[in-house]
Amino acid sequence: MARIELNHLAHSYMPTIQSPEEFALKELNHVWEDGGAYALLGPSGCGKTTLLNIISGLLIPTHGEIRFDGEDVTRKATEARNIAQVFQFPVIYDTMSVYDNLAFPLRNRGVAANDVDRRVREIAELLELSDTLKHKASGLTADAKQKISLGRGLVRADVSAILFDEPLTVIDPHLKWQLRSQLKHLHKRFNYTMVYVTHDQTEALTFADKVVVMYDGAVVQMGTPEELFERPKHTFVGYFIGSPGMNVVPCHIDGDKAMVAGHAFAMEQGFSKIPTGASLEVGIRPEFLSLSREGSGPEVSIQKVEDLGRFKVASVRLEEHEFKVMVGEDQEVPTDGARLIVDPTHVNLYANSHLVEEA
Amino acid sequence: MNKWSDNRAWWLVLPVVLIVAFSAVIPLMTVVNYSFQDTFGNNEFFWEGVGWFQEVLRSERFHSAMGRQFLFSFIILAIEIPLGIVIALAMPRKGFWVPFCLILMALPLLIPWNVVGTIWQIFGRIDIGLLGAFLDNIGVEYNYTQNTLDAWVTLVVMDVWHWTSLVVLLCYAGLQSIPDAYYQAARIDGASKWATFRYIQLPKMNRVLLIAVLLRFMDSFMIYTEPFVVTGGGPGNDTTFLSIDLVQMAIGQFDLGPAAAMSLIYFLIILLFSWVFFTIMSYLDRVEN
Amino acid sequence: MTLTLENVWKTVGDEVHIAEANLSLERGTLNTLLGSTLSGKTSLMRLMAGLDKPTRGRVLFDGQDVTGVRVQDRNVAMVYQQFINYPALSVYENIASPLRIAKAPADEIDRKVRDAAAMMKLEPMLERTPSELSGGQQQRTALARALVKGADLVLLDEPLANLDYKLREELREELPKVFAESGAVFVYATTEPTEALLLGGNTATLHEGRVTQFGPTLDIYRNPGNLLTADVFSDPPMNTLPVSIRGGVVSHGEILSAPATDVLSKVPDGDYVIGFRPNHLHLHNREAGFIAVKTRVAVTEITGSESFVHVDFGGQRWVSLTHGVREVEIDSNIEVYLEPSKCFVFDAAGKLVAGPWTAGGEN
Repeated sequence: MARIELNHLAHSYMPTIQSPEEFALKELNHVWEDGGAYALLGPSGCGKTTLLNIISGLLIPTHGEIRFDGEDVTRKATEARNIAQVFQFPVIYDTMSVYDNLAFPLRNRGVAANDVDRRVREIAELLELSDTLKHKASGLTADAKQKISLGRGLVRADVSAILFDEPLTVIDPHLKWQLRSQLKHLHKRFNYTMVYVTHDQTEALTFADKVVVMYDGAVVQMGTPEELFERPKHTFVGYFIGSPGMNVVPCHIDGDKAMVAGHAFAMEQGFSKIPTGASLEVGIRPEFLSLSREGSGPEVSIQKVEDLGRFKVASVRLEEHEFKVMVGEDQEVPTDGARLIVDPTHVNLYANSHLVEEA
Repeated sequence: MNKWSDNRAWWLVLPVVLIVAFSAVIPLMTVVNYSFQDTFGNNEFFWEGVGWFQEVLRSERFHSAMGRQFLFSFIILAIEIPLGIVIALAMPRKGFWVPFCLILMALPLLIPWNVVGTIWQIFGRIDIGLLGAFLDNIGVEYNYTQNTLDAWVTLVVMDVWHWTSLVVLLCYAGLQSIPDAYYQAARIDGASKWATFRYIQLPKMNRVLLIAVLLRFMDSFMIYTEPFVVTGGGPGNDTTFLSIDLVQMAIGQFDLGPAAAMSLIYFLIILLFSWVFFTIMSYLDRVEN
Repeated sequence: MTLTLENVWKTVGDEVHIAEANLSLERGTLNTLLGSTLSGKTSLMRLMAGLDKPTRGRVLFDGQDVTGVRVQDRNVAMVYQQFINYPALSVYENIASPLRIAKAPADEIDRKVRDAAAMMKLEPMLERTPSELSGGQQQRTALARALVKGADLVLLDEPLANLDYKLREELREELPKVFAESGAVFVYATTEPTEALLLGGNTATLHEGRVTQFGPTLDIYRNPGNLLTADVFSDPPMNTLPVSIRGGVVSHGEILSAPATDVLSKVPDGDYVIGFRPNHLHLHNREAGFIAVKTRVAVTEITGSESFVHVDFGGQRWVSLTHGVREVEIDSNIEVYLEPSKCFVFDAAGKLVAGPWTAGGEN
């Protein structure tokens, strides 16, 4: 297992670079701790796959270096990096049995036959593949195939990091839950350094200790799921994480309150200095809004209520601004005279889309 | 997936059925007819039973022609298939050179067969041919009209030159369908070049390879034009393959009965091999799913 | 228009692809086919479209038998998981293509294309070719083309599966509006329960080629008629436990025994399987009447707003979904709490006997 350092890393697919926009990956500096589970999360084209390819050795970055445990591997070939990777579509050796698939990386490295056997059986046990060891790998279901690809990484004792490239794309929702919790379990037990690329927030948030949110070639925030949820550093993070995303509406500041359409929203955390002339917005998650007939919040009109079983999402209008409000399964949405109640501890202020830190 | 049953579809098939009937089924039936009868001209026929078949099957001439035929097909396959795979593997997977290589590979396939024969016939001549004269000059004794080995080498080299491209193109198509992730996974697993070939490229190519083997077998088994042009079956009868023998018998000697019987045996051999290939292919298909 | 399937079967060789499908879909409604991969969603759509002919049974459009009428002769539009557009044509021409085939007048084509483009937010891209579009825009183009066709039946086979999470969210929100305006029969296949709930309308749950239930989406979510439906229609999957309910006591072997209250009290004595969704398995004893169960923690997953705690109990793996961040030590023993008022009770055959939203007893 290894600690991964990314120093001044940047990449462009263009042979010569004329403008900063031509960087598919803009300069970044990060240290990923040994044994950590990291997720790279972002929409397609955000640079997450470029970053993964740099880590796996498929791409040599235009600038900067990458280190595994202090050793510079920037120009090292994939096979010399001791990484394992699980791809979007299961990659298995069709003609081999499950056993031979798992043994393949060890045999290639000249490991003694009895060690291979011991290791393969151990990993098969761990991944619940023991019953299928004799089967041909090509006949198995997609989730079993993904387990085999993972297993081929795990059998090696010297793996520095395990990379995942949207590994659950072809897996049914029910099995996703099983596979994900199995992954999590493996991580907790063996402390592998894991890097997981996905556009699916649920996968990223549930998998990772630290989520790296990427947008337009740059890292907009790296943090724990809790930080990303409660204090998004950028309105994009607020929008991208959470379903529905954060409500972001223009406001201005009056004293220590944010004013939206003439109504004051209290902000318990307070805020530091606001850059002059910046355009201001408040961000409040639907989870921290509620509707009530009583209370002091501004009156809103209900536009639409979507019942999603476990909870409801009400779209409400306050003057020209629309808010989404999450309503619990057993709670009623008032049809008229509804007031918008805001949790003052969870109101974030944004200047030019960036979070204004608390005072 | 089973499709609609719609009786109108038969009308669409009808023209093909008619064409096939006139071009293949009726001539074949004529051949069948000849193979059981004897004629001395004047359109008079006598019933011969399976006599011609017995005669052909027992004849030394047929045995040696068939032996040569199998040997030729075997040599051709043994060279063209591995060579085709090697060239396909060596071709660039993407970039500027891809169209260039593809065109280069396709060129020999575009040349008519008798032209190929003529090219090599001249190419190998020791008086005016580039190859023949060159070999002669550097002191190699080479004469495909007199030396059996030289004749065979010339025919094999010609066929390899003409048809390896087909194998290359088929293999290349098979290789192109392998996603990048497979190669990457193989690198991560520390697979050698050979292991990558054995466990990724070859399995992904096995379907196209079967087609290549089948096509090359059938084609080489029926080869006629090129050896006819280059060696005319000689020296002696040393490059007289089944098809050349057949034509000599039917047109040269006008032995219609034995020639017809031989055609049918020839036809059945090819049919048998095609069936075996088909069975193997569909078996592999089932195994894969 | 109504699309009716009457006792439709589809078998290929000895494999049953669709068994005994009976459905009636109304014009202007959105009907979701919910089931896992290979549960028969695509097979069912192909039968509806007329791409395949049923082995048995009838397909009716407005009461008229169309079994055996080919897809070309029906007015059907289809959108697939892969983004399928004409690569050489502009977005405008892509959308216009079904109208051009139908030889519609030029001004009508222009009007319809622009309407559909506006609905799908494609107006700025009309002159581009599909290769210059993002995945979401390509799929919008395919959807717009299906819309202008004015088809009686529009089939959408996991149309959002290849899109980014957030794009999916946006399109999901727009689609029901578009459906309501068009007035065709819409059929939408998905593997995700959340998607079915977001789209609303009706849902048919599929399991191994069989329609296990059909009705308004929320009704099915709240009243799954059997264990199969409940299992298909729950994400994370529904937690289950075989129990015995006798003399007002619910028990599971030696390890669980508690008074059977609320839903659990509405059934006659016997052996049952109870099911409860992850959001009704609590980590805190909030109300009286909750049943405490001692479990062992397998995994915890935290999304920032919610926590999924996976626990093992008597050979069953359960998931508890709670608001907020709940860090629980793996392999520690914790008490979790069942909410009897939110339990579904299924009999030995898997049929729902009582549930939180049923009258209880007789259903």
